[in-house]
Amino acid sequence: MTELARRARVETSPGAARNSRRRARWSERVAKWMFIAPAVIYLVVFFAYPIVKNGLTSFQNYTTSSLYTGKAPFNGFQNYRHIFHSGIFGKIALNTALFTIGSMVGQFVIGLGLAVFFSRRFPLNGLIRSVILLPWLLPLVVSSTVWRWMLDQDNGVLNNVLVNSGLTTTRVPWLTSTTVALISVILVNIWIGIPFNMVILYSGLQDIPTDLYEAAKIDGANGLRTFWHITWPLLRPVVGVVVILGFIYTAKVIDIILVVTGGGPVDASETLAVGSYNLSFKTFLFGQGAAMGNVLILISLVFAAIYLRMNRGTFSETDTR
Amino acid sequence: MSSPAPAAGAVSLTSLDYYSSDPYKSFVSSHLQSCAAAAGATMASQDHVPGGQLGPKILQDISAHSLPSLLMIDNPGVQAIAATGALVPLTDLGVDPTTGIFPGILAAGTYKGKVYGMAPSVNSIALFYNKDLLTAAGVAVPKTWADLTAAAKKLTTSAHYGLAFSADNDGEGAWHFLPFLWSNGGDFLHLGDPAAVQALTFESDFVKSGAASKSVVSWTQGDVNDQFAAGKAAMEINGPWNIAPLDKLQNIHYGIAPIPVPAAGKTLVAPLGGEMWTIPQTTPAQEAAAAKVVTCMNNPANQLAYNTDVVQVPTRMDVAAQYGQSYPPIQSFISEVSTARSRTEEVGALFPTVATALETAIQAAITGAASPASALKTAAATVAAAPAP
Repeated sequence: MTELARRARVETSPGAARNSRRRARWSERVAKWMFIAPAVIYLVVFFAYPIVKNGLTSFQNYTTSSLYTGKAPFNGFQNYRHIFHSGIFGKIALNTALFTIGSMVGQFVIGLGLAVFFSRRFPLNGLIRSVILLPWLLPLVVSSTVWRWMLDQDNGVLNNVLVNSGLTTTRVPWLTSTTVALISVILVNIWIGIPFNMVILYSGLQDIPTDLYEAAKIDGANGLRTFWHITWPLLRPVVGVVVILGFIYTAKVIDIILVVTGGGPVDASETLAVGSYNLSFKTFLFGQGAAMGNVLILISLVFAAIYLRMNRGTFSETDTR
Repeated sequence: MSSPAPAAGAVSLTSLDYYSSDPYKSFVSSHLQSCAAAAGATMASQDHVPGGQLGPKILQDISAHSLPSLLMIDNPGVQAIAATGALVPLTDLGVDPTTGIFPGILAAGTYKGKVYGMAPSVNSIALFYNKDLLTAAGVAVPKTWADLTAAAKKLTTSAHYGLAFSADNDGEGAWHFLPFLWSNGGDFLHLGDPAAVQALTFESDFVKSGAASKSVVSWTQGDVNDQFAAGKAAMEINGPWNIAPLDKLQNIHYGIAPIPVPAAGKTLVAPLGGEMWTIPQTTPAQEAAAAKVVTCMNNPANQLAYNTDVVQVPTRMDVAAQYGQSYPPIQSFISEVSTARSRTEEVGALFPTVATALETAIQAAITGAASPASALKTAAATVAAAPAP
């Protein structure tokens, strides 16, 4: 008996049938919600709550006592006024822009060069390619600490090499000059970001059909023309991904700067992310720290929106083709 | 929150500190354990986090109301944590935190007239000098600013600098500058005054004249001691925790002197360092047992034993004098501690803001981004504009 018999018995009564249909619909709806519940709960707990909380905090006078009592009086736009009128906001914003653009250009150019290089066949290709991933695999605090030693003005290995090889006559003040420090952290960040750029661009290159290159060769195109007319256009969607992810990864960089220069000397290498950290965890002005963090989030959002628009353009282009 | 049923009357205690590596970790753990045993309690868990993470960890525990029964706080942070209301005043628990204690450290543990923390040991910074290099250059141990400037210049060669100190922007830059600022009569609320400008000019001139490395802006005091230990600096400003590691090195012979004062006859005012034990709000039974542990760690015999282990200065004046007689290298630090000032004495919980502004000024003067006078004017304006904590 069991299943068949039970169903037969249920179906004899029309009321029961309606009930069971309603129950089925209801359970179907529940099942649907159950499927999306994990994602919704995850988004609410780990994204919506922190963002809303950060937004609220930026309008509050939030101190260490607030952490214990949970009480933090609202103070309107005072936190934003404080950070915009602190006298260094312009400098910090410029540093963030220079750091982000400088790092992204360096990482992209070198990463693309290496990706093109490794897409050729030669012995030990795989081995060397995996060695280049190393900066990505090391904990950032470890590699940044080593860079801090290497960049030391008097005893650092970098200056020793530069001076002994005659490339420079004086020792470069990598971490001790207010004009050079930002360049130093950009160089370190480029070194760390190269593997990411290389891996994504390399996989993009692998997807380009080889017969296109063969056809170009038959037509007599040289290396540069081949790159410009075949590689670059077909790589563009991947380039878009690299650029947007690169922007998001770079604008928020904090660990490298904190370890290598601490944002100094003075405020020479302080970015929005470092400034936000310092406000919250060095001077315990959580409201102002949250406000500066929100500025960074807004800038990233603008960039993400531009990217989405650009993307829509490329997709519709592909559709009509 | 209900407390777990005490097993056979024994209260279990927890602790949090930043002694994350030996030898300090085992010294502190064993002192806590023996004092807990004497109080009829057991240490159920002892957490140790690295220095930089203690602050954020305490803040997390405060907001989650999950502080341990015994909490170590670096002394400039005690007032800020006490201000949250998470700590119990020691006198409420029958602890006597005042008798015979150096006044500087007592002030650091006091918030709104109540004492919240006791330190078994304190420290400060002094001048370490390389005896061999001073003898070779015919330089006497400097006692005044003029002496120090002349000595640093004379001791600078292509192989080593005359002086090393920290001018970083993570707390230690301000810490090394304070003896100059305070001994010259400067203070936190008047950073733009001539006394402060003179002190900053004095410090930044070491770098300008080449007697100190430009890298001081990126050196922590750990890096500073590495330079001194490697013979790359003839003198350094640093604390007593370097005595034991330096003693292990065969090739360096060093002496310790108080930090030079602006002119002969002036009093040295050095900053007070050291960690305080506080009692967060837990259960009455745990608080009572924790109070017994704090009292026990600070009785004369235990302070002497503890400081013999960690090579720092006991906070009980009589115990300090006794330790100084049995171990002369610590004498310079003991004499400094008697006149030392805590970093929160003038400005309380505003200290982190002051230190950050001050370090920005120090770095600006040393790198030449601004003159000492204009750098300190900016710092004074920042302090004046800071919201009351």
